[in-house]
Amino acid sequence: MSATLRSLSRRALLAGAALAFSMPAFADDTIKFGLVAAMSGQSAKSGEAIVRGLSLALDEINAKGGVLGKKVELVIRDDESNPAKGVVAARELVQREKVAVLFGGLDTPVSMAIVPFANQSKVPFMGVWAAGTAITRNGAADNYVFRVSAVDALVDRALVDYAMKKYAIKKPGMILINNPWGESNEGGLKAALGDKGVPFAGIEKFQDADVDVVPQLTRLKDAGADALFLVANVAPSSQVVKSLDRMGWNVPVVSHWGPAGGRFTELAGPSAAKVHFIQTFSFAGKMSPKAEAVFEALKKKYPEIKTLADVTPAVGIANAYDAMHLTAIAVEKAGSTDGTRIRDGFLAIDHYDGLIKSYDKPFTEQNHDALSSGDYIFTHFVEGEIVPLTN
Amino acid sequence: MLLFSAIVSGVAVGSMYGLIALGYHVTYVVSNTVNFAQGSSVMLGAVLGYVFAIRLGLPMPLAAGLALLLCGLFGLVVERALVRPFAERGSNAWLMATVAGGIVVDNIVLFTFGKEPRGFPSLLAQKPIAIFGTGIFPLQLLIPLVGLGLAVILQFAFQRTSRGKALLAVVQNKRAAQLMGINVKSAIAMSFALSTALAGLAGILIAPLFSVQSDMGTLFGIKAFAAAILGGLSSAWGVMLAGILYGLIEAMVTSFAGSTYTQIAAFAVVILALAIRPNGLLGRAGTRKV
Repeated sequence: MSATLRSLSRRALLAGAALAFSMPAFADDTIKFGLVAAMSGQSAKSGEAIVRGLSLALDEINAKGGVLGKKVELVIRDDESNPAKGVVAARELVQREKVAVLFGGLDTPVSMAIVPFANQSKVPFMGVWAAGTAITRNGAADNYVFRVSAVDALVDRALVDYAMKKYAIKKPGMILINNPWGESNEGGLKAALGDKGVPFAGIEKFQDADVDVVPQLTRLKDAGADALFLVANVAPSSQVVKSLDRMGWNVPVVSHWGPAGGRFTELAGPSAAKVHFIQTFSFAGKMSPKAEAVFEALKKKYPEIKTLADVTPAVGIANAYDAMHLTAIAVEKAGSTDGTRIRDGFLAIDHYDGLIKSYDKPFTEQNHDALSSGDYIFTHFVEGEIVPLTN
Repeated sequence: MLLFSAIVSGVAVGSMYGLIALGYHVTYVVSNTVNFAQGSSVMLGAVLGYVFAIRLGLPMPLAAGLALLLCGLFGLVVERALVRPFAERGSNAWLMATVAGGIVVDNIVLFTFGKEPRGFPSLLAQKPIAIFGTGIFPLQLLIPLVGLGLAVILQFAFQRTSRGKALLAVVQNKRAAQLMGINVKSAIAMSFALSTALAGLAGILIAPLFSVQSDMGTLFGIKAFAAAILGGLSSAWGVMLAGILYGLIEAMVTSFAGSTYTQIAAFAVVILALAIRPNGLLGRAGTRKV
């Protein structure tokens, strides 16, 4: 951006924030999309997966001439899994880099912090991982938040359904990470169990840095829990598995997708395979032609990917890949990079043949989530590879 | 059942806090300063142990020895660069300098060691032993033994040996100690090396029970400092026992009141205890507090 243009946009900022935010980057020869995700810290691997999925889709889009006749560029910022840093990064991307769309990362607390800013500044915010229910169902009259990922409220129903079918649970317990993500699922699991008329043994919380989860688990065991619902990222999830091992408590564990975020088998030991967790996508098993093509393209673009084990958080790649294509379609439909028109563009998408599934009318006024419970699969770790389970 | 498992968990976790807190104690009694990069020293011990033992495949005793040596060197650097320049001028800025030093080290490790948490397998943390109807890894029994053993040795060394007494003399009156032929500078430097090595040892012992990552030490460092204050910084025994007590409080609250209240209750107990005994459980009055 030239100096005059920058001072021009600065004047526009002074003239009025709303005007400045909606000022599109039309004068540039590229369109910028922003990503705010964890590129460092314990969730760094998720950020890497998202970047891979987004970049792969972007290459395909740019090879076909880009969007609105312009090349699309991805601007990446690290939120370090810290909500405050995420908001600062989102603000910088929108106000200085003038990105047309923001993509979000793995951490629900970070996304929750960005949502109000995205809605106020009328910049579409596309979630590709964080599953917190309130991210898309945020109650804003003018909702600019979309998502191609799991939704806690639906995941929790799927977890309960799976546990009932697979283990015939009568009185499950919950072991949840003590943060907004855990909270989001506490509500969802309670509601899902309530609908089925299944009582629960108890709800226990634990911290990221807890070495020992035995006290919490012992409470659940004493309360008569016959299965556990687990919600936490990979490192704390493995602390739960290790604590179960120590107690010698062999109980079914049905988990949200936290374990997929890292080297679960290495961290939790052989018992990791006992944890059955939800995913939106897996490259393992019989691949669709589209999945095969994407996997080949991934191997070509990232030589360090050799086997399926190297794309373990496949959901991050797949969600991001489909989200990028859907976003490109939305911008085409909008015919401009104006935030409100792109928002309407998302709602106007009819059909897209994606990696995860074939999307028909993925977004509506009432539903900003492209994936639903029918798209979920259950998996577990076998030697570092995520393998689908058949129920 | 619940009670026994809470006691077992509490003692095991608490002695980790105690072991790290001993590091705070050592520098405090010699120089009246504390290394707030202690959490990073814990992490450094675990990360270096992992690199030597797992990545380079060295036998565990050698890997642990090398890691502790390097942790000790780190302590010397902290003292020379982050504490001495400020303490000599009578400034308290070492407090902030050591905090900052810890953050720098955490980030250097983040970019060199890697961003992903890694598992540190150990033979001592695979098969649990059944005890009082609950299970415990042999490593969790080893940690209290090492911690209490070191507390006894430190207490004895400071109170009974001439070299220990010489170290304590430094804090009483630096000038006088110097005149009596005690090398004050090297005494303080040694206390920092010992302190970070203790934290590094804690890191190596904790790693197989936890995961190895660049930010693993932060919360341990804070809780251990709470334990150190609770026990009274000037007593090795007090610090170690307070660590165990703190771990027990955490486990008891979690077991009987529920995990929602753990952090609130544990830190409230520390504040309450200090209100009743301002110098800590076994601390002596009279010395300047940090």
